[in-house]
Amino acid sequence: MIRLVEREKARPAARPRLNESSVEVVLLLVALTSTTVLALIAIFIFAEGLPIIGKIGVREFLFGLHWAPTAGSFGIWPMIVGSVAVTAGALAVGVPLGLAVAIFLTEFAPASAAAAMRPCIQLLAGIPSVVYGFWGLIVIVPAIRNTFGGPGLSILAGSIILGIMILPTIISISEDALRALPPAFKEGSLALGATHWQTIWRLLLPAARSGILTAIILGLGRAVGETMAVIMVLGNAVEVPTSLLAPARTLTTSIGIEMGYASGEHRQALFATGVVLFVIIMLVNMAANLAIGRRDSL
Amino acid sequence: MIELGRRRTQGIARAMVWGAALLTLAVLFLIIAHILIEGLPYVTPEFLLGSPRHMGREGGILPTIIGTAALTAVAILIATPLGVGTAIYLTEYTREGRLTRFIRFGTESLAGVPSIIFGLFGFVFFVIALGLGWSILSGGLTLAAMILPTIIRTSEEAIRAVPKVYRDVSFSLGATRWQTVTRAVLPTALPGIATGVILGVGRSVGETAAVILTAGSSLHVPTSLFSPTRTMAVHFYILAREGISLEMAYATGAVLILAVLAINVLANEALRRLAARAR
Repeated sequence: MIRLVEREKARPAARPRLNESSVEVVLLLVALTSTTVLALIAIFIFAEGLPIIGKIGVREFLFGLHWAPTAGSFGIWPMIVGSVAVTAGALAVGVPLGLAVAIFLTEFAPASAAAAMRPCIQLLAGIPSVVYGFWGLIVIVPAIRNTFGGPGLSILAGSIILGIMILPTIISISEDALRALPPAFKEGSLALGATHWQTIWRLLLPAARSGILTAIILGLGRAVGETMAVIMVLGNAVEVPTSLLAPARTLTTSIGIEMGYASGEHRQALFATGVVLFVIIMLVNMAANLAIGRRDSL
Repeated sequence: MIELGRRRTQGIARAMVWGAALLTLAVLFLIIAHILIEGLPYVTPEFLLGSPRHMGREGGILPTIIGTAALTAVAILIATPLGVGTAIYLTEYTREGRLTRFIRFGTESLAGVPSIIFGLFGFVFFVIALGLGWSILSGGLTLAAMILPTIIRTSEEAIRAVPKVYRDVSFSLGATRWQTVTRAVLPTALPGIATGVILGVGRSVGETAAVILTAGSSLHVPTSLFSPTRTMAVHFYILAREGISLEMAYATGAVLILAVLAINVLANEALRRLAARAR
């Protein structure tokens, strides 16, 4: 504080002061940037993608089984099924594992272990998705091929890689939710003779459920939106997958693979795929907001 | 009997929870170790300082290092003032209300937008509509939009962690709000803001989907903001996916991992300093 006073004195007295109200206006405009960008994204993706959906028809576009862009056939149902399957698989891998790690960090880990583990989780979040994809291609895909047969490039491989990639999201948000619970919950339960695990399973997890739900929803959003890692391990076949070991293509990978060379209606159809993806993500965001709102009102 | 059952459940659950934690660490370790062990032997001075030959089958990655640095610099220079400004507005200039909820909704939603959507947007908006072409500027602007939510969120947390008494003292000495923000609040929050910026650097360095659609994949050394370029992550992706060279892919991946490790260490250091200051 003293430093502040001295610095103030050191400045020439006649220095013109910034007009406070203009500062406020500028800051308000700056603060609106992210919302403006979001609006621009929506406008430009929709402007580019909606016309072709209108031309093909919503039903034919969403539920059409054939994607043959060079032949003018644009149905994205195989990609929708692919996205749903891989996302469900990622949640099946990532949610139990992530929740267990969150429970470990809040309930079981010695303080030093928890402190050492946190930067590791952060690092897991920082590894680029291409690296995950490459590692999946080199390690996971051959492992699946050797164990179960088939090409290895599969929904299973995508689910494992995405399951790992959403771990940091699931862990950090569930951990926050578990930590936010009043200690009295746990003390009361233990005082009544419940074991530590009974307390966790029957009391702490249910009490933190809206936070855990938020974690799952945000993890889901990440899994739906991930592109580069999935491109490398999924096989990218345009057909409705019939098993965990079948190759598939998601909405994101379809855009990622074909944008490089698409033009005309083909490119528009990829933007239309982007429209579908954008709508899904906004719904996921809203669901997450609802879950967070419920937590705040608790 | 019942007592035995629940004790046993407790034991099993405990083992599984420990197992999950160890598995997570093992996966992280395996990924990093695998790439570094396979890649580092190829990371030589010639590799770091040389130009790629034969589409990257031989030679080095210098142009992609330059491209990554340029793109990241543009993204950070644009996103930092916008992000910190937003955080200042949200924390110091307004009360919680409809407007802040609107701004927060925009920020949170933007954080959830997949990178491929940013890529599509950057392509149609910066590359085509604004006529910037595949360039460092288009890629940097797209990345700036992507990392903006991270910088806003971490800056806001850092600014909120500054004790209220700093502001009270500053106001009581006759400082205006802006003087208070720039001379009392921001200096204290600086390490936290730095963390957000460093995380933004990390995301920019590792991003592929958005960059490949907006900055292109040219292997030439960029000469201006309007030159197309290829980042390390994009180079790594192309080498691996098109099966150009496994060795070169591993080596590029190793450099990428080292960069990410360094960035994480820096971010943790900044956080540690923030915690020390807030105490």
